[in-house]
Amino acid sequence: MDFLRQYKNALFLIGILLAQAIALAVQVRRPLDPAQPDGPSVRLIRMWAMNAVTPVERVTHVIGYGAGHAWSDYIDLRHVRQQNKDLQQQLARVRLEEAAIAEDALQGRRLQAMLGFRESYVGSTVAAQVIGASGSEQSHMLTIDKGSSDGLRPDMAVITQDGVVGKLRDVFPSTSQVLEINDQSSGAGVVLASTRIRAILRGTLTGRVQIGNLLADSRIQPGEQVLTSGGDQVYPRGLPVGVVESIAPDPDHQPYTAIRVKPAVDLDRVEEVLVITGTQPDLTPGAQQDLASAAAQHAADLSADRLPGIHDDQTQDAAGGASGAAPATATPPAANAPPVTLRPLPILHPDRYSSGSTPPASEMTPGGANSTQSVQQPRSSQTQAQPEETK
Amino acid sequence: MVTRSYMSRREVEQQRFSIPVTVLVPVGAVLLQVLLPRVFAGLAILDLPFVVTLFFAISRRSPIAGTATGAAIGLLQDVLTGQPIGVNGMAKSLIGYAGASLGSRIDVENTTTRALLAFGFSLVQSVLLYLIERRLLGIRSFHLLWLHELLRAVANTVLALPVCFLLDRTKHTE
Repeated sequence: MDFLRQYKNALFLIGILLAQAIALAVQVRRPLDPAQPDGPSVRLIRMWAMNAVTPVERVTHVIGYGAGHAWSDYIDLRHVRQQNKDLQQQLARVRLEEAAIAEDALQGRRLQAMLGFRESYVGSTVAAQVIGASGSEQSHMLTIDKGSSDGLRPDMAVITQDGVVGKLRDVFPSTSQVLEINDQSSGAGVVLASTRIRAILRGTLTGRVQIGNLLADSRIQPGEQVLTSGGDQVYPRGLPVGVVESIAPDPDHQPYTAIRVKPAVDLDRVEEVLVITGTQPDLTPGAQQDLASAAAQHAADLSADRLPGIHDDQTQDAAGGASGAAPATATPPAANAPPVTLRPLPILHPDRYSSGSTPPASEMTPGGANSTQSVQQPRSSQTQAQPEETK
Repeated sequence: MVTRSYMSRREVEQQRFSIPVTVLVPVGAVLLQVLLPRVFAGLAILDLPFVVTLFFAISRRSPIAGTATGAAIGLLQDVLTGQPIGVNGMAKSLIGYAGASLGSRIDVENTTTRALLAFGFSLVQSVLLYLIERRLLGIRSFHLLWLHELLRAVANTVLALPVCFLLDRTKHTE
């Protein structure tokens, strides 16, 4: 007892450290269910803590959101008109680019269908607000305000309109934790857009994102876009991940290179996210319709560029109804517009073979003046020469 | 009669905190640590729970209380991150024990002493986290960036001085 009394402080410390070491040892065992990285008791502890902390995060988020939007929606509207104009110009440019590649996209899909390829497109999503973070540099996680009651499950991909954010790690009834792609325990299957080299993207200790399983390759250059490959069965194929920032030898993993990637999403300023709750093998009907209309628009533009222009000043009356000019269409007709009737060009030097130069049958007589040796005049002239009979 | 000096044993042992302060200040520190990086990402370099752990440890001067406080704050911090529960718990338990042990032997009311303690213990915590991640958990990719850890120690020192000044007002001296 004197021993315990004399060393009670050190014994207490050893007891606390031993208990936590045992807890760590239990947690780092390989989980039975990969979708549940924590055991049931650990998950329960995390859920209790999240339930205690989440209300404060929600209140703080609402207050900050309200104050921020009070400023941006009412006070900071000075440049909205110019911004609107810039955005409209940008949208017009993007639509033109979309029309140009729509035909290639449709052809690609037809070829894939022929070869039996199975695609995985984003089917359904759930929007969520980011209400908190991990607050630690060793862990990059976000807390969102949607959970299992909203249809979320672990390992669902989380994206924004700019690109990939991460995936769901822990899902509680009303909140979830998102493991960002720059967390050191995160990984994603990616492909380089132009070279089509497949790789694995991982987060680093410093919160950066890099590809570390590729050998040195001169084809990989800074500025190359990185997309999801779909091979990890978490992120659908083709989502933007980032852009290659730098390439350098990896001193810890020779001879591989450390390809640093700048994420497409600003992971420190994510406010709203979309959780991909379902995928489908084909595009949504809306996307298919957009693609088809863009392809039709592009085809019409090509036709308008290649065919000669028809002038608008050629009227139908000058040609006598037999020749006329179709109005020159600088833009293709709309989908529900009446079809354009094409008429032949006006006659510059009429002869007996010209349209309308032959009189009706009731005015002809066999062997009469309407033989082939006589020069036929157009019906409007009313004069006919008597041909010589040939024997 | 011997006058009671500033560093008399009786005065050293009699600094207490009320129960609301004991509970709410650590919880508030962890909450602020979670919320502040949302405002500015660079604030993640700070470790407010560490500052609170150190303050309570050097103020109470009881190794058992310091160990328990550090363990509780560290475990709460671990629960809100994706790390295994116990990483920060172990590190802050040791910080609490060492801070309390040191607080009963030297004058910790001095601003300079507090700054040196904050700087030194921040570096010690970085080393402890490295040992736990690398040796105990076997995460071979975990490295220490010494310059970054030095900056973190400086930032925690700058934060510790005003926080300790504010929390000094919550002490109960019997």
